[in-house]
Amino acid sequence: MLIRRPSDVLPSEITPEALYVNRRDFLGRAAGAVAAAGFGSGLAAALPAKAGAQDDDPLTPYEDVTTYNNFYEFGTGKADPAETSKGFQTKPWSVKVEGLVKKPAEYQLEDFIKPHKLEDRTYRHRCVEALSMVIPWQGFPMADFIKRVEPLPSAKFIQFQTLLDPIRMPGQQRGVLPWPYVEALRLDEAMHPLAMFGTGLYGKTLLPQNGAPLRTIIPWKYGFKATKSIVRITFSEKMPRTTWNVANAGEYGFYANVNPEVDHPRWTQSKERRIGEFRRRATLMFNGYPAVASLYSGMDLRVNY
Amino acid sequence: MPFTLPLPLPPRVAAFAPPKATRWVVHVACALVVVIPAAMLASDLINNTRLLGSDPIKETEHIFGEWTLRMLMLTLFVTPIRQLTGWNWIQKYRRILGVWAFAIGCTHLLTWAAIDVQFDWPDTMADLTKRWYIMIGMAGWLLMLPLAITSTSGMVKRLGKKWVPLHNLIFVTVVLGCIHFFMAVKKDIEDPLIFAAFFAALFAWRIWMAMRKRAAAAASALPRARAA
Repeated sequence: MLIRRPSDVLPSEITPEALYVNRRDFLGRAAGAVAAAGFGSGLAAALPAKAGAQDDDPLTPYEDVTTYNNFYEFGTGKADPAETSKGFQTKPWSVKVEGLVKKPAEYQLEDFIKPHKLEDRTYRHRCVEALSMVIPWQGFPMADFIKRVEPLPSAKFIQFQTLLDPIRMPGQQRGVLPWPYVEALRLDEAMHPLAMFGTGLYGKTLLPQNGAPLRTIIPWKYGFKATKSIVRITFSEKMPRTTWNVANAGEYGFYANVNPEVDHPRWTQSKERRIGEFRRRATLMFNGYPAVASLYSGMDLRVNY
Repeated sequence: MPFTLPLPLPPRVAAFAPPKATRWVVHVACALVVVIPAAMLASDLINNTRLLGSDPIKETEHIFGEWTLRMLMLTLFVTPIRQLTGWNWIQKYRRILGVWAFAIGCTHLLTWAAIDVQFDWPDTMADLTKRWYIMIGMAGWLLMLPLAITSTSGMVKRLGKKWVPLHNLIFVTVVLGCIHFFMAVKKDIEDPLIFAAFFAALFAWRIWMAMRKRAAAAASALPRARAA
């Protein structure tokens, strides 16, 4: 009998988790195809089961990604952001990094991005309104940035703030939400290899309606957890307030993990309509990114919605 | 000399009579409210034309929902317009508009059930028992049912004096419809507020008219009471 010596190299050190998560998707899909062909169901059962991963997740057309947006700073209608943000200037742009961090600084956008290697990553995007898209992003892992600025050991949370400028962002002239928009993550969530800063999509620089010039992308959370047009990043010890939670705590919690089992008080989250599709599809736990589950082990996700 | 409070609006003579074909014009206009979005939706779903944006199903649902309220509003505008202008002929369009409000309400409901949730019964039942805004909207639609059924001329005759109290249910439908709209939006309540403001004005007008009528009736009853 052969007993394999456990490797002292973690798989995650060889392959970025995002990549092997995708590979697992691929394996699951391949297994599904084999099973569908009528054999190898034993193999399919042996592989990590991942409901709903058999689909090919075709990209949502660029036109939809750039014209159907929720970005209340540019109006509350879905078509408003693309219209209202025309001519929005993102040069110059600076990002302030402050709070419990060894290297607080105000960066010019170029200096903020430059040290990082930009990657292409295609993620599912699930809106809290039961809509979804599949978007090919460009950006860099949030973890790389966090390591660079060296948070203090006391830092437990990271908060992101959108630009406050009611002239350039006319939606802020109405008190629909408490401005500026702020969102936050637990530091370990932000360090997860799936979390990233976005600078582009479809190989092009981000358009204002998608959060130019810098946004967060947290694919296992509802879209509103992302922060667009970021001007400030604050490390803190206490859980920061977040915009939708302040606006309506009963409906929008701090975590906002995609969870088909926890309904929005006014609608079900068990299904979603992928833009461009007619039939609704089942929503996957953590939006189909089960690798993040360990971040929440022992937590009641019904309470921490 | 008995004190008489004049009604605010003395009866006026109709300024003009409508052309004969008006009834058909109203029907065609109302039918277009259904046909145009439905055609756009079909085009979007079949040819991916994006006439209604990236989520044409939701958009159609919203269009029909808002038009249900608009038709209810038009229905409620008929009486004040008649009282203000003396165009008594306008009154007969009230029933036509009311029936169309019901018809468009049906398309709103059907779009939701058939195209949005696609008769997914577990989901639909969950929505119908758990979600207040859906239950309220549903109740508003259900209340229109008896009104639609009793909107024929035959039923108007048969019900006689009971017809008007029954059809006052439209006010309940309007209130439910507005609450449904308020609850359905995520945060921006501007549109529901505009609708609610119009309805509030229409309600206020009726209350004011009723108060004036009552005051006038009381005043004219006074001398007789004294004589007795």
